[in-house]
Amino acid sequence: MSPTRTAAVIAACASVIVLALFPFYADAYFLALAISLLQFTVLATAWGLFSGPTRYVSLATTAFFGVGAYTVAVLGELLAWPLVLIIAAAIGALMAVIVGISTLRLSGLHFVIFTFGLAELVRQLVIWYEVNRTRVLGRYVFVDITQSDIFWQLLGLAVAVFAIGWIIARSRLGFALRIIGEDETVARHCGINVTIAKVALFTVSATFMTLVGAIMAPRWTYIEPSIAFNAKISFEVVIMALLGGAHRLWGPALGAIPLTLLFEFLSARFPSASTLIMGIVFLLIVYALPSGVVGLWDNVTRRWHEQRAGQGATA
Amino acid sequence: MRPAASPVLEIRGLTRAFGGLVAVNSLDLIVQSGEIVGLLGPNGSGKTTALNLVSGVLRPDSGVIRFAGQDIAGMATHRIARLGLGRTFQLVRVLDGMNCAENVRAGLAFHPARRAPGELHETAVRLLERVGLKGYELRSATELTYIDRKRLELARALALRPCLLLLDEWLAGLNPSELLIGIALIRSLKDQGLSILLVEHVMDAIRSLCDLCVVMNGGRKIAEGSPETVLSDPAVIEAYLGAAADA
Repeated sequence: MSPTRTAAVIAACASVIVLALFPFYADAYFLALAISLLQFTVLATAWGLFSGPTRYVSLATTAFFGVGAYTVAVLGELLAWPLVLIIAAAIGALMAVIVGISTLRLSGLHFVIFTFGLAELVRQLVIWYEVNRTRVLGRYVFVDITQSDIFWQLLGLAVAVFAIGWIIARSRLGFALRIIGEDETVARHCGINVTIAKVALFTVSATFMTLVGAIMAPRWTYIEPSIAFNAKISFEVVIMALLGGAHRLWGPALGAIPLTLLFEFLSARFPSASTLIMGIVFLLIVYALPSGVVGLWDNVTRRWHEQRAGQGATA
Repeated sequence: MRPAASPVLEIRGLTRAFGGLVAVNSLDLIVQSGEIVGLLGPNGSGKTTALNLVSGVLRPDSGVIRFAGQDIAGMATHRIARLGLGRTFQLVRVLDGMNCAENVRAGLAFHPARRAPGELHETAVRLLERVGLKGYELRSATELTYIDRKRLELARALALRPCLLLLDEWLAGLNPSELLIGIALIRSLKDQGLSILLVEHVMDAIRSLCDLCVVMNGGRKIAEGSPETVLSDPAVIEAYLGAAADA
């Protein structure tokens, strides 16, 4: 391992340990803010896992998030917590496989629209089921999970999403997805089973989103379809990942952190105009930073290297 | 004397229509081992459609395509590629976000015969050298000139260890000196024992490279034979060279 990589691994471990201690000295407000930050970091990173290399823009985040939350609402009181999480992950993964197989043959724009419709479809199905079968529209989530527990679980999930992303990027699957993102026809002619590769990564990404929803559910105590399947989450995650830059593993986190803080500030300060300001922020990001913070960073470092090379040549 | 080996590619009665337009109409074509077969014909005569049917981009409506001992008609593209069918495209397709070595590794990494990671890079370097891109491993594909992009695409196709190579107008757009280099490169692949099916418009290349030419017009085969025979065939001249001869 190179010295810089060792340093990076040590720094990452140290920061995870420091973050894990956070609930012991933070008050309720900052703990809630930290939970939001972790929630969107995991969601945006998971989104980037699939959409970064394949360049398929998915608006299905909230569909998986909501399925996770609803699994907890239904099973939370009946089963042990780890078992509830495992079941939620399994349902999310199964749904992703089905959705993936049926939609990933679609081209870019059709895929965007389908994923947007999917979230709405799942929401309407849940409403229909609750109204006609169980005759309740909302459910109480009574599980013995504290805010600190939510924080630690999300922190664990964040570590897992980065670790798995790192492993995938260095695997044959990661290489296959980069080729697919560049040119699907070439990928097929290189012997890559494009459908399996895309469905596999879509499923990994969706499983993380489902788990975030499941872990976050106890925070609400009361959920109904409009809370669990809120389309805003899907859009926010896309904006965050684009601001950060989805073509790098750590890019979406760079967008998730500042934007979560900004949305938090806006909804506290300008509750009625926050959506409007969010829209303007989105436009500005797409206009000014088409490759995100990561793209900006790449440009700066490239220029710096070129400058150094230039100086070396003249010296 | 060994008995004649079975052909590398055998196409029988291949047909594909788009709506009312029959793009390929009961085409028969055979590529013998070690041969270069030229697929000629005016624009829109169905040549690229025929290649797309062979490499699995399109499904045939009917017909048989025997390759590597199997009927591959309608088989998924990635499975055909793994059987050893390499291909280049009419509009060059290289992976612009990657360097040259990665472009070639794209063709190596998913081959059924797995290689060790270190061996992957070595093989990629060797293939780049093979097509005349020695020392280009770390160059970004975007920095390459037109002919070098074509070379890179060819190296990626060779990475599949193909027993058949489909070249779709690989020589188009090259200047006269590049054309000589390109023709020599393709001939060297043939000398190495590779079988090649090429779609081409460059007459010099067809004359000097092809063992056999198949001429298509309106989806049908209108002539077959040596380059000299087909290029002097009145039907071919009328279909293919007519406009040029009048000009």
